[in-house]
Amino acid sequence: MNEQLQLDFDKIIETYKISEKEIQLKKNFLKKFIENGFPNRKQEDWKFLDISQIIKKNIGDLSFFNDYSLPNKIDPSIFIDGLEHNKIIFINGRIEKIDFNYEDQNQIEISDEIGKNISFDYDNSLIDLNNAFSNKVFKILVKKNYSLKKPLVIYHSTSNKIKSKNVNLSLNFELEENSCLRLIDYFSDNTEKNFVNISYNFNLKKYSILKNFKLDKFRNNNLKYSFNNIEQDNNSISETFILSAGSDYFKNEVNCNLNGEYSSAFINGVFSLKENQQHEIRSTINHLVENTKSYQLIKSVLGKNSKSAYQGRIFVNSKAQKTDGYQLSKAILLDETSEFNAKPELEIYADDVKCSHGSASGSLNENSIFYLMSRGLDYQQSKELLINGFLLDVVEKITDSEIKNLIKNIIGLKE
Amino acid sequence: MDTREKDIEKLKDYKYGFTTDIENIKAPKGLNEDVIKFISNIKKEPQWMLDFRLKAYERLKLLKEPNWQKPKYPKIDYQDLYYYSAPKSMKDKPKSLDELDPKLLETYKKLGIPLQEQARLNGIAVDAVFDSVSVATTFKGELTKHGIIFCSMSEAIQKHPDLVKKYLGTVIPVTDHFFATLNSAVFTDGSFVYIPKGVKCPMELSTYFRINASQTGQFERTLIIADEGSYVSYLEGCTAPMRDENQLHAANVELIALDDAEIKYSTVQNWYPGDENGKGGIYNFVTKRGLCKGKNSKISWTQVETGSAITWKYPSCILKGDNSIGEFYSIAITNNHQKADTGTKMIHLGKNTKSKIISKGISAGFSDMTYRGLVDINSKAKNSSNYTQCDSLLMGNKCGAHTVPYIKNKNFDSNIAHEATTSKISEEQLHYCQQRGLNSEEAVGLIVNGFCKEVLQQLPMEFAVEAQKLVGISLEGSVG
Repeated sequence: MNEQLQLDFDKIIETYKISEKEIQLKKNFLKKFIENGFPNRKQEDWKFLDISQIIKKNIGDLSFFNDYSLPNKIDPSIFIDGLEHNKIIFINGRIEKIDFNYEDQNQIEISDEIGKNISFDYDNSLIDLNNAFSNKVFKILVKKNYSLKKPLVIYHSTSNKIKSKNVNLSLNFELEENSCLRLIDYFSDNTEKNFVNISYNFNLKKYSILKNFKLDKFRNNNLKYSFNNIEQDNNSISETFILSAGSDYFKNEVNCNLNGEYSSAFINGVFSLKENQQHEIRSTINHLVENTKSYQLIKSVLGKNSKSAYQGRIFVNSKAQKTDGYQLSKAILLDETSEFNAKPELEIYADDVKCSHGSASGSLNENSIFYLMSRGLDYQQSKELLINGFLLDVVEKITDSEIKNLIKNIIGLKE
Repeated sequence: MDTREKDIEKLKDYKYGFTTDIENIKAPKGLNEDVIKFISNIKKEPQWMLDFRLKAYERLKLLKEPNWQKPKYPKIDYQDLYYYSAPKSMKDKPKSLDELDPKLLETYKKLGIPLQEQARLNGIAVDAVFDSVSVATTFKGELTKHGIIFCSMSEAIQKHPDLVKKYLGTVIPVTDHFFATLNSAVFTDGSFVYIPKGVKCPMELSTYFRINASQTGQFERTLIIADEGSYVSYLEGCTAPMRDENQLHAANVELIALDDAEIKYSTVQNWYPGDENGKGGIYNFVTKRGLCKGKNSKISWTQVETGSAITWKYPSCILKGDNSIGEFYSIAITNNHQKADTGTKMIHLGKNTKSKIISKGISAGFSDMTYRGLVDINSKAKNSSNYTQCDSLLMGNKCGAHTVPYIKNKNFDSNIAHEATTSKISEEQLHYCQQRGLNSEEAVGLIVNGFCKEVLQQLPMEFAVEAQKLVGISLEGSVG
């Protein structure tokens, strides 16, 4: 694989118009990735789902070269109906369109950030891979006191031009004081057997609010990895919602550093998995100063041959008194071949804190099914009703009513 | 002055403990095949036992020390340890409490247990393991009457080779992790218990472990077999003298419960934890594992961990038999610079298996406490359930409390529930107690005991009293 990496990398360097310094940076990232390779189960964070094995099994020969010189056709049918929104369109890893038509153009700055230095700590070789191969890195800055009127939707789309490819995306967001951004990641794929690697970095200044919704709904045979790093200043709020249902493999990682007092982080996730899907959410919340808060709720519904994993970690620094941290993961196993793994972890060095976690997994309650059937529903309907109710609980946590309704429609949940 | 105080007075005179006046036979320093043969030879072991050890040693050469656990420790030089140390003659064996170190006696005094009472308590069918060899097993007659075998491991190898051969290494194979394999290669003694079919052991069996000589590793091995329909309750207590250097204790404990049998295993671990600055103390790297082999069998672990510089142990249950039950009750208290990484593994293999985990962690001073546990429900373990609760209490902001549970559910008929909380002693509770005339230390003691109640209840009566006091003592000086 290493030869392939080097070959593809050299090909990319030829086609890119970037400076020598940037090439050098990229080379360093490549070198680091070649040293470490894809993460595997020997690493604690990858214990439950081993990406190197999964890639080997599902893709086989992965190619890292993408020709970014030619534009891809935008298919408007993928756009979300019934919601006015700003757009960023990625097709096959290439940014085709950035469109902030609904906004005051002076309040948003978009800059090209190729060759930027990674500003956060990580020990994850996939981020090296991303840095070595990602095409353009944009930085989106929302200015002070500006709240975007409409949500920003990032379309992650792949067209059938590519197969067995590694696609890398990287974006950098900065929310200045008292600004607000609602961000929807919307995945739609016409391809199979690609490995999509996404990395976002968010920098939240005082009183800013970020709401990120990751919607992977449509069934496809791609493998995906997404990493969010969120740095939070005083009184900032981050809310992440993850719908993990479409891809063959999807691992969502959220790393949240609560650097400012009274900042808070919320992570809510839904796994709804069927045949051979393997999904994971891994969250790390670092409570670094006093009076910070975090809340996490993850629910899984697991069908035949599917597997979900949740690794949540709450870290509380010795300075971070008055921390409030909460974690809950629940799973319903529908079939004897489904599997649920969890590792809810607490690491606490301060005494005046309120931290707790809970995890429960099991099958659907037969008594509840019986109750519903006695009221005239058939078995299948009762089952669906119970599952919907179970998942709706998470969707109800979404604080934005417009997007909450959109997501309910997408999932097909009715109240 | 009553006799107890006289005893203590007397002991105070030999400030550095009684360790110097017992002459020991030691194996040459270091770990190699010759040392293993030396140990095997001096114990007059049969060939199969030596083969067992050598097999483990071969395996050991391939293994690396694990490093994933939270407490890090300076590298241990395995060639700088004595692997065998025994009192020269049996006359020199510790004769009751005169041999105990003053700090321990002081502790007993604080516990308010009269020395005679202590002697008697420790006297209930005690098998004392002193350094590496078992020196005394009492109450043999009474036990033999019931057909119960309770003796040292060495004796069992000589007298009951069939049983030992059949069960030794079946729960902890020689190919297990580093420390377990090290133990398999060099273990020197330990206790052996066999409860025959249908027998309810009439008394609590108890072992008392002590590391005496310096630079000695203690590697004891305990094997308990409860045959069909039997019941046994086993107690284990540990102490070590104060020393500046760290000492290694790597024991293996194997429990096997056959059809309808029940084993209750209780530990009060109070190895020397090092001084206030974290110097010295025991490294307690123990492998404890129980196998519920038969149907309707039950294994219950109860532990009170207050000692050791580093504790690293996970008493586990493999629930193989249908309808078997595994339980784990734990109190772990760390103070000063102690570190503990402890928890359990519940591996559900049989149908209708149930497990319950109650873990209470208390950390104070500069210490670190981790609960690390695994609940694994296999796809064949239909209709199984697990309940886990782990609570941590922190005192001060220099210490840490961590919870790392691994939950694997591969069976849709089974339920796993896990809860964990972390908190501190509430000001209101303290205030309430103080208002009623308790000083702050007593108040903390009371609240902590309440916090631990669910676990303390599980201990046999004599131990419970001791453990309750021990909880208070371990936290001395941590409030204020």
